Amino acid sequence: MWIEKQRHILDFTLSSLARRKGKNLALIAVYVLTVSILGSVMFYSAAMKREAALLLKDTPEIVVQRTVAGRHDLMPVSYGQEIVKIRGVGTVKGRLWGYYYDPTVKANYTFMVPEGLSLTEEEIIVGRGLARVRQLSKGSRLWCTTHDRKNVPFRVFDILAPESELISADLILISEPGFRKLFGISGQYATDLTVKVRNPKEILTIVAKIRQILPDSRPITREEILRTYDAVFDWRGGLVLLALAGAVLAFLIFAWDKAGGLSAEERREIGILKAIGWETGDVLQMKFWEGLTISLSSFLIGTLLAYLHIFFTSAALLSPVIKGWSVIYPDFRLTPFVSGVQLATLFFFTVIPYTVATIVPAWRAATIDPDTVMRT
Amino acid sequence: MIELKDITKVFNAGRLNEVVAVAGVSLSLEAGQVTVFKGPSGSGKTTLLGLIGCMARPTAGRIMLGDREITSLPERFLTAIRRQTFGFIFQQFNLLKGITVLENIMLPAYPTGESYAALKARAMELLELFNLENKAAAPVEWLSGGETQRVAIARALINQPAIIIADEPTAHLDTRLSREFMEIMRQFRAAGKTVFIASHDPIVYDSDAVNRVVDMRDGQVIVSRAA
Repeated sequence: MWIEKQRHILDFTLSSLARRKGKNLALIAVYVLTVSILGSVMFYSAAMKREAALLLKDTPEIVVQRTVAGRHDLMPVSYGQEIVKIRGVGTVKGRLWGYYYDPTVKANYTFMVPEGLSLTEEEIIVGRGLARVRQLSKGSRLWCTTHDRKNVPFRVFDILAPESELISADLILISEPGFRKLFGISGQYATDLTVKVRNPKEILTIVAKIRQILPDSRPITREEILRTYDAVFDWRGGLVLLALAGAVLAFLIFAWDKAGGLSAEERREIGILKAIGWETGDVLQMKFWEGLTISLSSFLIGTLLAYLHIFFTSAALLSPVIKGWSVIYPDFRLTPFVSGVQLATLFFFTVIPYTVATIVPAWRAATIDPDTVMRT
Repeated sequence: MIELKDITKVFNAGRLNEVVAVAGVSLSLEAGQVTVFKGPSGSGKTTLLGLIGCMARPTAGRIMLGDREITSLPERFLTAIRRQTFGFIFQQFNLLKGITVLENIMLPAYPTGESYAALKARAMELLELFNLENKAAAPVEWLSGGETQRVAIARALINQPAIIIADEPTAHLDTRLSREFMEIMRQFRAAGKTVFIASHDPIVYDSDAVNRVVDMRDGQVIVSRAA
């Protein structure tokens, strides 16, 4: 009987909503827009953080840089021989990488010497973003200015796979001799050192020991890098939300006005329903279903739109704000990733306030005496 | 049998706009009869009907429905009594625009939780009774004045009430439709239903369908006589 009653009330609610098509469609449209904006920012930030975490999964546990008066400096390879002696350290390798400013496109490239990839001195592998900007393809040449102001050509041996474009959009992989020739770095130096640790529980102890043995070094753990990524994307997401706060506020006012402020006609109808035998509770249930129908359908459509926007159009509307950290923007498709917590948060901040906003004024109207209908 | 004992209803009590709508009315109203409350506007007849129909509580006095005292019941119980015992026909008919005739008729029965099939069957029977079966799917605003009136009556009957309350039912009807309405009331009486009508229309209170006329003025009963 209870279910049958709810069914009747829901049936009536739906035909009631259909009566005010224009008003309700406008409300749903604005609602959907708000949910999809909030959802887009949330999905995007989370997917980016996850993407970064996945890419960093295989990186070494500790990176050691050398600092001179607080400034990053070249790392003597001999430091590695000291670090490898620390108990618990697996392997220590010197890494060669550096930024290169290209005035042609006013962008920074990242040159890097990869492990286990044999390239000749003149060969490079470039990231997809960079290949797009400089219109490079396999076999074409990229002219660079060396440390002693000579222009040398590098031949594009390959272009990096699109999966890694988040991190590698502006990346150029180069051979060790090529790198040293370009930047003028002798064989005794590396940019920094990577340290593999056998037992992850010992990372902090090893970091402390490195600081002790080599006071001019700065060890950075993988977790610190991950935290930085998280903070960066959270901060960017927050910034976008702040910019959109006005829009969200406008929606709330609009929703409060449309849903909360019952029209004289709606008040009269509530009076009629009460007069013909509906209880205050029945009217409230009807208003609850009404609010839930609007907010739930808007939530579902909005969430779906946000999902399509982020994972199928590669966040076409958001990426310039959140994604870029350089002139060359990565162009990639995020792996769809939506967590229950994200959905719950979105639900909590959109559906619940709206439903409450509809119930309160309906309650006020539903508690009027039914005989007001006879007196008007 | 309905017993009113010294009923008073005051609106906006204690304020500048205080109105005494009903002042100390005591009446015994028999079941199975058509009773008309007659009087000019503001005489308190609509308020009295509202009190009898459990739409509001009196400020003072007691109302007995059969052997049950209903004035002190909480709102939920009053609503249940209103739904089960009374069918209302309002002056403006008060049908909900934009939804169908069938839905309008079924509306008072929705909170009962009765099955949709049974409810629809009963509503269709009522529509047939009033020759409106072909209008079931039409929105109410498409109906003529007479059809609207009959839909309002059908709605009042959906919960099979023992008592029908009609407030100025002929105020917006022409002579023919007013007579038609009283004919339906006569049929109700024949079917054993109790009918209370508030009206100052002679077609209503002079009708031979009426058993009793209660004259009201200034919230008080002037005369209560058999018609």
